[in-house]
Amino acid sequence: MSDRFTKGMARNIYYGGSAFFVLLFLALTFHTTRELPQRDHRENLTEAVANGKLIWEENNCIGCHTLLGEGAYYAPELGNVFYRRGGEDSFKAFFQGWMKAQPLNVPGRRQMPQFNLSDQEIDDLAEFLKWTSKIEVNDWPPNQEG
Amino acid sequence: MLHTLKFQSQVVAKPYFIFALILFAGQVLFGSILGLQYVIGDFLFPAIPFNVARMVHTNLLIVWLLFGFMGAAYYLVPEESDVELHSPKLAMWLFWIFAVAGVLTILGYLMVPYASLAKLTGNSLLPTMGREFLEQPTVTKIGIVIVALGFLYNIGMTILKGRKTVINMILMTGLIGLAVMFLFSFYNPENLALDKYFWWWVVHLWVEGVWELIMGAILAYVLIKITGIDREVVEKWLYVIVGMALITGIIGTGHHYYWIGPPPYWKWLGSVFSALEPLPFFAMTLFAFNIVNKRRREHPNKAATLWALGTALVAFLGAGVWGFLHTLAPVNYYTHGTQITAAHGHLAFYGAYVMIVLTIISYSMPKLRGIGESNSNRAQVYEMWGFWLMTLAMIFITLFLTAAGILQVWLQRLPEDGQALSFMQTQDQIAIFYWLRSITGGVFLIGVGTYFVSFFVGEKSEVTEVAVAANS
Repeated sequence: MSDRFTKGMARNIYYGGSAFFVLLFLALTFHTTRELPQRDHRENLTEAVANGKLIWEENNCIGCHTLLGEGAYYAPELGNVFYRRGGEDSFKAFFQGWMKAQPLNVPGRRQMPQFNLSDQEIDDLAEFLKWTSKIEVNDWPPNQEG
Repeated sequence: MLHTLKFQSQVVAKPYFIFALILFAGQVLFGSILGLQYVIGDFLFPAIPFNVARMVHTNLLIVWLLFGFMGAAYYLVPEESDVELHSPKLAMWLFWIFAVAGVLTILGYLMVPYASLAKLTGNSLLPTMGREFLEQPTVTKIGIVIVALGFLYNIGMTILKGRKTVINMILMTGLIGLAVMFLFSFYNPENLALDKYFWWWVVHLWVEGVWELIMGAILAYVLIKITGIDREVVEKWLYVIVGMALITGIIGTGHHYYWIGPPPYWKWLGSVFSALEPLPFFAMTLFAFNIVNKRRREHPNKAATLWALGTALVAFLGAGVWGFLHTLAPVNYYTHGTQITAAHGHLAFYGAYVMIVLTIISYSMPKLRGIGESNSNRAQVYEMWGFWLMTLAMIFITLFLTAAGILQVWLQRLPEDGQALSFMQTQDQIAIFYWLRSITGGVFLIGVGTYFVSFFVGEKSEVTEVAVAANS
């Protein structure tokens, strides 16, 4: 590096540059949190949805599945499972049956544990997945298979 | 008394490093289990379900790197500050608290179902569990905060008493950032979109932000020591590199905001800034190779030099190149959450953080053990075999996962509804790459074994004997 570029200038880039971008990031965050209510439709966030999220977390579902593309890549994406498995008409019925059938015990196939949830808990979890499927996520994933 | 140490309190780094390495072995072991579960779906089921093994794998990674960072700070801060560590006793207390809490947490994961662990540890009072990488029970999270505060106090007081070098200051800002950003792990709103938005404040701002400061500081320290290059030169580089890392990385968080709810403008912001994120890594590679080329001394620890150069190069490949590969929004639309992500994650973490911790361990361990500036040649040969086996294995793991990911996108993501294969059908189609990955994982495991052996061969080095003779 040339001698004209001094350590002092480098230091100013580090402190000044990062301070500027921290502030910009905070401003963008402020704007995003103002926009989010229209995109996550939080008016539909019921007690059941909240409880469903807690059940989702306390059983570590993210340890195998992805949700909106984040998590583990061992089991299917669930951000859009509501649409993939029947939508308003039949998702809940499918989901009750699916949760109770685990583990499928097909030799060599990936197994989903039996979490022994009550009907109510499964229903709350379904509500959470349904609510999640309606967050506006820039049309991701590209198709129903997730 | 260790004549190999400038400050006796540096010795507290040793247990941190040893424990970090033990956890590293555990992490790799669970990684191998996961690899097999990809192809033998019911392997170890229901004793160790995939989600448990995965949580152990990733949590061990985070915790052993934290142990490594702390060890690094305890080792280099006294020397940089030119003063003894403020309180070695506190450092040892915190070591035991963190080690015991860490082991209990891992045992908890393995021995009781996660839901029971959540109940047992009062997750309902303050729900923070069950989010990727932040699975630790709330009590463990509180423990981490306490340990971090004690650690920062100890390191901070040491720096306050002594010299405030650039390395010290950047390491300190990195460590403070690490602690502050972790506080967001306690924020878990019922609203998933908000939850995910701020979840990234821990995850992204750690690994693509403040951890890079820690990494840069450690690398700069080791390079000064092994090359004898003028500190002024290194410090200017260091400022530029970490400056670029923050300038690109902070808004670069946007590449995680494409598909989780935030407004579409993040697609532009995330794409532009994360496309710049490889720059600091490229600069780091240039810097490391430049400095080593212009070195003013032949350091006897060849292994440490190899690790340092390896860190710079593989971090650039993993974090820079593989990150850039799928960071642009139009690409990420298809690759998000596929094996491409896994490929990038593996090489980036290995290159940037695993290797930097192994670099400082390689440099400091001979001194911490009282052996001298370096291990015996025989031990170094084993260590370098470990380096090549692990590094090449990880590069091939990355290549196989990338191939798996490309095929996954091709079969599952690109076709229209009705033509696309389902997730599980796709997984069957790409099984061959998972097998190859698993076999390569075996090579990585052998590399870890070889590396561990290096600590137990030819402890007496020629260099030490000369040094001892000179001292007496």
